[in-house]
Amino acid sequence: MIEEKFDAIVVGAGMSGNAAALTMAKRGMKVLQLERGEYAGSKNVQGAILYADMLEKLIPDFRDDAPLERHLVEQRFWMMDDRSHFGVHYRSEDFNEERPNRYTIIRAQFDKWFSSKVREAGATVLCETTVTELARDAHGKVIGVRTDRRDGEIHADVVVLAEGVNGLLGTHARLRERPKPDKVALAVKEMHFLPRETIEAHFNLKGDEGVVVEAAGTISRGMTGMGFIYANKECISIGIGCIVADFQRTGETPYGLLDRFKRHPSVAPLIEGSEVKEYSAHLIPEGGYKAIPQLYGDGWVVVGDAAQLNNAIHREGSNLAMTSGRIAAEAIVQVKSRRQPMTAANLSVYKKMLDDSFVIKDLKKHRDMPMLMHTNSQNFFLTYPQLVSRAMQNYVRVDGTPKAEKEKVTLRSFVNARSWTGLFGDAFRLARAWR
Amino acid sequence: MNVETSVRVEDKLFYNRYLVDVGRPHIKVRAHTKPSPQLLALLKVCPARCYELNDKGQVEVTVDGCIECGTCRVIGEPTGDIEWSYPRGGYGVLFKFG
Repeated sequence: MIEEKFDAIVVGAGMSGNAAALTMAKRGMKVLQLERGEYAGSKNVQGAILYADMLEKLIPDFRDDAPLERHLVEQRFWMMDDRSHFGVHYRSEDFNEERPNRYTIIRAQFDKWFSSKVREAGATVLCETTVTELARDAHGKVIGVRTDRRDGEIHADVVVLAEGVNGLLGTHARLRERPKPDKVALAVKEMHFLPRETIEAHFNLKGDEGVVVEAAGTISRGMTGMGFIYANKECISIGIGCIVADFQRTGETPYGLLDRFKRHPSVAPLIEGSEVKEYSAHLIPEGGYKAIPQLYGDGWVVVGDAAQLNNAIHREGSNLAMTSGRIAAEAIVQVKSRRQPMTAANLSVYKKMLDDSFVIKDLKKHRDMPMLMHTNSQNFFLTYPQLVSRAMQNYVRVDGTPKAEKEKVTLRSFVNARSWTGLFGDAFRLARAWR
Repeated sequence: MNVETSVRVEDKLFYNRYLVDVGRPHIKVRAHTKPSPQLLALLKVCPARCYELNDKGQVEVTVDGCIECGTCRVIGEPTGDIEWSYPRGGYGVLFKFG
């Protein structure tokens, strides 16, 4: 047993755990961080995009030495059917700025760097250590953790659960529910390596400029889900994710979807000739606001994916994780500086501060979206992409048909597929959920 | 043509690094004679194809290629079909890129 007692134990060295550990260590707290992987990042999977603002609040000069891939100058949204894509692209020279807003990153490398900052700030980081249980006192207050090391009980005033979407500790201790199949997506991803000049040519880039492609449509075969393609320096991250309950219902395989996505005529040329170096998978919390569990209790707080803090609609996760980790840490520092005990009542300041941040405000704004997308997946991810694609082809193909006739055909195809009531209903529900 | 049969998941798993904790699988399937619908779903949804039918028609798990995503836990733990824990510290999949 580690005899010394810590001010705080952070479980996990992902985005939220590192943000929490760093914030507390910087304020002079005695922090122990436990990570089950060989190094921070060795178990972590993400697309991945890094939002600069949220990291700047933790490490203002991160651009000096963080392992960043490309700063994003272009965002593409694709609506796909089996042979086509209808795209909305936004590209701006403004993104070639002094302090870019978004970057692609490679999580294992980034997390290692992030972890080095946590160590520099004075936290003790112990890897290859799986936390098996929370330790509690006679009144049920969390007083530390037990690990898979011999005699591994370690005590602290407060435990920060930054254990990720599949965190076992919090669920086993009945602090929150296990994620449900209709509230999490399973994403699979491959890393495709190509010479950097080839990537720049394929995506119309120069230097460290980067591009993101987000794609929805028949690639998810009627399930709620999306594909993504991110350009890194010398590799391309390509993946696809769908709601687990949808996989269960349809019997589709994740690797089957990824394979079809890669072979789509709009995608295949982007990765042609590449060498694959890794295949990974991860769950993504998609339940939104309504799935957020109790965030604090006697001697504990929960942050990041473990607290379901992910904005699936805007595809933002790591920034919510970092922010919740930082805010939880600031709340703990506040309680400690008042020399108060880490009780639920005192730690409730974490929730108040989080409610005031974009994290909860954004999730609340879209609280009805996850359900809408899920219950209407056939329409949003199969019917509409096909209709839009046919409409676009009809629009651009010049074949001597009078335009009025073409427009009539397009309109009829929408009404036949969804009916007027259906169309207005979908539009209304979408607008209301977005509002 | 069925796409799934053309994808060799085994080949994909060779790209990855693993430190297998021999003899200590972190996932166990409850003994059964006839698999539940949840267990059968795992044959297809597991992205590493860790679940297979044996010749008696029972679902078996081989965790060597597991990428620790937790999907099977979400589906199979509530029904008691599987037991899921993390590999011991340092063991399991090791992502170089993640």
